[in-house]
Amino acid sequence: MLAYLIRRIMIMIPTLIAISIISFTIIQLPPGDFLTTYVAQLTASGETVDQAELESLRTRFGLDQPMYIQYLKWAWNFIHGDFGHSFEWNKPVSELIGERLGLTVVISVSTLLFTWAVSIPIGIYSAVRQYSWLDYILTVLGFIGLATPNFLLALVLLWVSYAYFGLSIGGLFSPHFADAPWSLAKVVDLLEHVWIPVIIVGLAHTAKFIRIIRGNLLDELRKPYVVTARAKGLSETRLILKYPVRVAINPLVSTIGWTLPELISGIAITAVVLNLPTTGPLLLCALMSQDMQLAGTFIMFLSCLTVVGTLISDILLAWVDPRIRFGAREGL
Amino acid sequence: MKADHASQKQLKYLNASTRRLIWWRYRKHTLAMIGLVSICGMYFTALFCEFLAPYNKDTIHLDAIYSPISKIYLFDKDNNLCWPFVKECRLKLDLEHYKATVIEVPGTRFPIKFFVKGDPYHFWGEWLWDRHLFGVEKPGTLFLFGADRMGRDVFSRCLYGTRISLSIGMIGVLMSLLLGVTLGGVSGYFGGWSDGIIQRVIETIRCFPSIPLWMGLSAAMPPHWPALKVYFAITIILSLVGWTDLARMVRGKLMSLREEEFVLAAKFIGASDARIIFKHLLPSFMSHIIVSVTLAIPGMILAETALSFLGIGLRPPITSLGVLLKEAQNVTTVALYPWLLLPVFFVIIIVLSFNFVGDGLRDAVDPYSR
Repeated sequence: MLAYLIRRIMIMIPTLIAISIISFTIIQLPPGDFLTTYVAQLTASGETVDQAELESLRTRFGLDQPMYIQYLKWAWNFIHGDFGHSFEWNKPVSELIGERLGLTVVISVSTLLFTWAVSIPIGIYSAVRQYSWLDYILTVLGFIGLATPNFLLALVLLWVSYAYFGLSIGGLFSPHFADAPWSLAKVVDLLEHVWIPVIIVGLAHTAKFIRIIRGNLLDELRKPYVVTARAKGLSETRLILKYPVRVAINPLVSTIGWTLPELISGIAITAVVLNLPTTGPLLLCALMSQDMQLAGTFIMFLSCLTVVGTLISDILLAWVDPRIRFGAREGL
Repeated sequence: MKADHASQKQLKYLNASTRRLIWWRYRKHTLAMIGLVSICGMYFTALFCEFLAPYNKDTIHLDAIYSPISKIYLFDKDNNLCWPFVKECRLKLDLEHYKATVIEVPGTRFPIKFFVKGDPYHFWGEWLWDRHLFGVEKPGTLFLFGADRMGRDVFSRCLYGTRISLSIGMIGVLMSLLLGVTLGGVSGYFGGWSDGIIQRVIETIRCFPSIPLWMGLSAAMPPHWPALKVYFAITIILSLVGWTDLARMVRGKLMSLREEEFVLAAKFIGASDARIIFKHLLPSFMSHIIVSVTLAIPGMILAETALSFLGIGLRPPITSLGVLLKEAQNVTTVALYPWLLLPVFFVIIIVLSFNFVGDGLRDAVDPYSR
């Protein structure tokens, strides 16, 4: 297990380096470096530009040096927790992103748990009672859920709740908790609000998972071992839950690596519509105003989240499934 | 007689080409057939949208700002059934509430006509014409989906938006197909270090949450670019991420196929690598490519819609469904003018149809793979 773990972590390093190169490229993409943007902003607002400060910034970020040195410098600072400076907010980036990243993690993990909690029982029901009227309704609902982009669903829900119930479902906190320090009451308040984005983002994935579980379980149910178990007199519930279901839900765990980036993507855009204090709106804002240090850091961190998530899911999978643990020894 | 008939049927089945067999299997799939019909309808709409739309997409009706969906009357004032007609609408300023409302002028009557004379347009940018499939004569107005903040007909704009959104899907998928087949082909056929590098690249790209990455790339576009250039840049950005799925599929198929005996035979005869790939290997998984492409198009369309909705995708005057939905971005606008949300249905229908067709095709091409 330890050998597998070490091998798995070693694989992560080149991926992380590649991610950091792409993030750095995105920071560099807009024409001119960010100091030009900064100077343009200052002159636009009528402030004078302090030449000495400009010089110190220029050397701090190594803007007078070739690109690869700039990258190395950026990466070095990044590892040491200096993510650069947001010129729009005039604050270090690290101060801006902490809580927002945390909330993104909270929402994505709860969305993942929600999709599992909903899709597993429904998938099992749909497969066991194939072609019953409830199965048909669930299938149609599932297809609609798959086809509706989650930000549009958010928009429609916002409108329905606003127009018919007079509620505003945006945000993650009640107004009086928004700027309050963390406390138990604030956590409870968060729990009261978090289910709306969770449902919106989770719906498409729930629909997808239901299809996967239903298909897999239908294949499994036709296999001889199920017939054998039934012939031996095992009760139907126990029979289904103990063997075929375990095989059928395997893809849910093994695809966490792909599901996580999609969930984070979905949260980013839903958050803009619902105005959640997560990374999405601030990222969009940073991109609009070309505050690239902030935007690049966000993109870097969101991708790292996915890499770490994949790592956790692989460890889980290896822990659950001994074939992977030992297969790794023979060269993956 | 009966046995003879049966053997005739069997003979027909045995002699059928693969393509015909696939079509027979596909035809049994009801949802897939519905999807196919609706996609054909959508592309037809996209091709002839200038003629099918009652107005041009940028025609401004100053006295119909935020006009709601036109009421179509089926009964005249004596309650007799008659040909559907609309009443003339005027903008009324309510100075007490600082609100402009659209009211109907009683007594007016504009029947809905076919091949009505309306806004002149250049059909496919070439031929000047002014007939529209249906509409009402001026000064009557027919807004099936209401009007937006400049009094433009939302329904007509949806038809034009369908054209742009579908074309983005097509061009984007073609580009990712090119990238995916080339890189996936190299990686699967030659293996070795090129396979290693390409696989790492694919894994890295897949680690990125796609929307933040797309946002980053499209925000880097200089704001002074003309709309058409932005359009092409967006398709390139979308396909930069989209090719990975296709490449994986092509690689997997090639890996299993290159061990087959017919490839070995071709090699012994002295066929070049290119000939083996394009002449022998590609046809044997062409159907899988078509399936993957069909399933990739809705993703492209949704991604473009999302980017344009956020305001970092396409820009007016190019009108896609996402650009239309940008008008409906904040709740208060939507609460007052809910018909601005109607383009959502076009998006849903397009995406659903492509998914149905893709699912049906997959089952028809390869009945054993689930």
